[in-house]
Amino acid sequence: MTRNRITVPLHAIAHGRAGDKGNRLNVNVIAYRPEFWPILLEQVTEASIAALFAHRGVTRVVRYELPKLQALNFVIDDALEGGVNSSLSLDTHGKTLSFLVLDLPVELPPHIMPSDTAIRSDTPNLDPVMGGVDNE
Amino acid sequence: MYRIGSGAGFSGDRVDAAQPVVEAIAAAGEGGAIIFETIGERTLALGQIAKRRNPKAGYEPLLEQFLPPILKACVENRIVIVGNFGCANPRAAADAILAIAEGQGLPGVRVAVVEGDDLVGRVDIDATERWEGDRHLPAPSGDVIAVNAYIGARPIAEAICAGAQVVVTGRVADPALALGPLVAHFGWDWNDLDLMAAGTLAGHLLECGSQVSGGFFADPGYKDVPDPANIGFPIAEVEADGTFVLTKADGTGGCIDTRTVKEQLLYEIHDPAAYLTPDVTLDLTEVEVVAVGRDRVRVTGARGHAAPATLKATVGYYGDWLGEAEISYAGPNAFQRARLAVTIIRDRIAKRALDVTSRADVIGTTSVFDDDGGTLFAEFRGKNDGDYRVRFAFGGEVAAVEAAVQEVNALYCCGPAGGGGVRQNVRPRVRTVSHLVPRSLVSVSHSFIGEAP
Repeated sequence: MTRNRITVPLHAIAHGRAGDKGNRLNVNVIAYRPEFWPILLEQVTEASIAALFAHRGVTRVVRYELPKLQALNFVIDDALEGGVNSSLSLDTHGKTLSFLVLDLPVELPPHIMPSDTAIRSDTPNLDPVMGGVDNE
Repeated sequence: MYRIGSGAGFSGDRVDAAQPVVEAIAAAGEGGAIIFETIGERTLALGQIAKRRNPKAGYEPLLEQFLPPILKACVENRIVIVGNFGCANPRAAADAILAIAEGQGLPGVRVAVVEGDDLVGRVDIDATERWEGDRHLPAPSGDVIAVNAYIGARPIAEAICAGAQVVVTGRVADPALALGPLVAHFGWDWNDLDLMAAGTLAGHLLECGSQVSGGFFADPGYKDVPDPANIGFPIAEVEADGTFVLTKADGTGGCIDTRTVKEQLLYEIHDPAAYLTPDVTLDLTEVEVVAVGRDRVRVTGARGHAAPATLKATVGYYGDWLGEAEISYAGPNAFQRARLAVTIIRDRIAKRALDVTSRADVIGTTSVFDDDGGTLFAEFRGKNDGDYRVRFAFGGEVAAVEAAVQEVNALYCCGPAGGGGVRQNVRPRVRTVSHLVPRSLVSVSHSFIGEAP
């Protein structure tokens, strides 16, 4: 059985954090669940991240893969309008930019339903799927 | 096992976070350490400026709020306090700590300072290589304020072995704040690179405080954090083999799970196989994080390679001036009025030939994701009615920046209809550029303050 292509924001299947050093930004992207990891590897590429930041004039994007963490780390050069001490932006650190990355559209493979991606976690620390343990 | 907690993760952190950490370590009855990381890339230059104005200033402004609640409990429970809160003036910070101790009836507290990071007048920075991440920044034109090398854990460990109960540093590599006490406690060999890597990893995960225990993490409905007004700062329970469990004090808010640890593990990391520190090159690629209980995550797999030949040094310069000014438009057609305000200011700056760099954001449309040229704003198609705030930023010499900011104020009478709530601010900036300095030019040491040499 086939279905139409279903696209969700990366935010539905991954989380992450941004950090800055000088004019260099890094953003990590971490799969919420093991079945999302191949989607990250296939679709969250250096080219797709470079396109998100094209208006910032980035000069280089490097992707590092961390399979043991099911995480990607992107290093994005010249993304910060000069960095924390030079930028005229409100967010001179670029701390908000993890959510620019998490807005990237990704296509779900046929075996993953959109309902699988609506991560709701009122008690994250007790949900084994979410990475915690239930020891109560 | 050795317990190290975090009391602060940046200059400006919560001032009441350290108490539950100290209480938990003290309750375990085996001593330990608590670290304070309060220096950012430009903090040292700001500290140097403060020190020039007042020789007793230039250290962490919140020091007198961070330490009084915990100093006595730390001294009584063999918990070493290690902090880079010395910033540009570690000796003045040490004097302040001794004064706090005296005020609390704690005579004879042994306070050591670590020095050698300050390279002003010692190194010709222009003759050194610029760090590659800053290679495209324009050459700074202002006077040098500060040059500080990121130094390693060795002088911290030596100070603790010599009996220090408080160790005050200036610039050190952030993870060294934890590696120092670990080496002092376990007697690790500096040449055992995997142990240096393990201690550095513990320090890396601790040094931003609550960022590993539920701070900077909450995303409601996706990543919920319990009691975020009461986040428990992290404590690492480190074994002699360098593996550790990250946890936090009972009864505190926040959470420690594999997601919080993974986000912080890769925070401000570039090549995960080569996180460069003065003590070791840390390889994170085989690191594993496993939840072993509620708010307990075991971290294993750090590997070490030889430390780099050079030390990173941050150079702080006087930069240009930054002016910011904002004005609000709300209600019917607010977006068009806000956009007109942007156009008017652009025209006014051109008409008066003000030599400033500038940027305008209409907050409520797209702001922090945009570039200075407003590429995303130009594509924005949103509601004309709404509640928008226009924020202008100007860079340049002070007179031109002040004139540009004054133009925003003039929108009150001369701008679009119904503009209100102007706020304006003009201040000097410090710029930083990082260089790589040969180790042979940096000599570090510790000494005790308030004691006969």
